[in-house]
Amino acid sequence: MKSPVTFRLNGSATAVFADSGANLLDVLRRGCGDLSPKYGCGQGTCGACTVLIDGEPHVSCLVLAETVAGRSVETTGGLSNGPDLHPLQRAFIEGFAAQCGYCTPGMLMSAKALLDRNPNPARSDVEEAISGNLCRCTGYEPIIDAILEAAKQRGAA
Amino acid sequence: MVEVQTYPTVGEAASAMDDQARFLGGGTLIMNRVNYGDRRFSRIVRTTDASLSEIRVEGERLEVGAGVTMAAILASRDLDFLSPAARAVGGPAIRNMASVGGNLMAPHPYGDLAVALLALDAIVRMVSGEELSLEDFLARRNGVVRSLLIRRPRSDEFRFKKVSRVKPKGVSVMSMAARLTRSTGRLSGVRVAYGAMAPTPVRVRAVENALEGVSLDHAGIAAALSAATEGLDPPDDPIASGWYRREVAPVHLRRLLLGEDAR
Ligand SMILES: Cc1cc2nc3c(=O)[nH]c(=O)nc-3n(C[C@H](O)[C@H](O)[C@H](O)COP(=O)(O)OP(=O)(O)OC[C@H]3O[C@@H](n4cnc5c(N)ncnc54)[C@H](O)[C@@H]3O)c2cc1C
Ligand code: FES
Ligand code: FES
Repeated sequence: MKSPVTFRLNGSATAVFADSGANLLDVLRRGCGDLSPKYGCGQGTCGACTVLIDGEPHVSCLVLAETVAGRSVETTGGLSNGPDLHPLQRAFIEGFAAQCGYCTPGMLMSAKALLDRNPNPARSDVEEAISGNLCRCTGYEPIIDAILEAAKQRGAA
Repeated sequence: MVEVQTYPTVGEAASAMDDQARFLGGGTLIMNRVNYGDRRFSRIVRTTDASLSEIRVEGERLEVGAGVTMAAILASRDLDFLSPAARAVGGPAIRNMASVGGNLMAPHPYGDLAVALLALDAIVRMVSGEELSLEDFLARRNGVVRSLLIRRPRSDEFRFKKVSRVKPKGVSVMSMAARLTRSTGRLSGVRVAYGAMAPTPVRVRAVENALEGVSLDHAGIAAALSAATEGLDPPDDPIASGWYRREVAPVHLRRLLLGEDAR
């Protein structure tokens, strides 16, 4: 059985049919063709599937798709403004904060939620904000530095 | 494939429950089971009833809806005494989803918030209208919870601590909570609860009894520390062995009771 779900995806009105019991990650990737959130574990542990729902980070693999009806979902796919990358994306590239890149979309969304709420975070705020996102490659330091750098760039802009 | 049924009121949702159904809170545990094809249930029952997410305050008495999330607890000034326990649950994304009701049902080693609620003598209000102590609820764990009734502790009398190997986010080696009520300078009617030390969060009567009438200092709590794991058989899991949990419990209990800083 499928049920219709309508919500906003990166600002655009979106309607999809979700399989009964499907999680939001599945619906975004298969239903909407937005491949930016990644599937790592399907159990909330890795954070690769992190998206924002009404501005707050959620692990989309554990969100029952029907529960986002009428809400606003943001993914890394909607971060850039045309060819202009988001300051976080630029800082990640320049700071070598992505190696294999699998964790990156989730890291970016957790970081965006932080900077939207707290434009001037301390290092410990950044550590806390990405504490639900695992990275197997970088050892985290370049990611933390890149998020702090993006905050600085945004403040300067 | 699991069937999803959505009801406008929590009463209707509760009436739709049976052995094949799971009531959906934030879904952090249920959706994991769905993703991995758990066949022990075939239906998810959910409600869009906003009253389940309300926090009501009447002086010192608080009613916290079962659908209130850890993030909502952290955002509420009225529930500031619960923030150390709410912050101990998962990372930020999990806290935006994880509900109070789900935390009461979470299997070992989860249930960090429930540990704090146990030490606060929380009363569980079921959708059926029945009210029972959280301890009694944990012993049977069935039915749909509407809310928890809590009396605000005095600011200096409530303590919570979670011991984990990974910071800032890690699963419990154990969690501990204490409400250190006093009468004429001595401890009296103290509550102590542990998580990850038994199949569910538990009150620790041996410690509570050993703290009756003593002063809150090294000498006063010595008997309580000796009784730290009396009557408990802490489980082995990938985080820690039962032996390890038993060995370190008195150290963490001392830090909790005396408010000693542990990194
Ligand atoms: C990565 C990760 C990290 C975690 N870390 C922690 C942690 O550090 N500490 C911790 O305590 N937990 C942790 N958890 C476990 C879990 O997120 C929490 O225990 C959470 O509070 C469960 O609530 P939920 O609303 O998501 O539950 P759900 O998945 O919605 O439900 C869980 C169970 O509770 C039942 N239930 C839900 N609401 C009610 C109700 N109103 N009445 C009766 N039954 C109900 C459901 O039917 C189900 O059986 C973690 C989980 C994940 C995935
Ligand atoms: S895929 Fe969702 S947290 Fe790992
Ligand atoms: S860059 Fe590979 S997991 Fe983070």
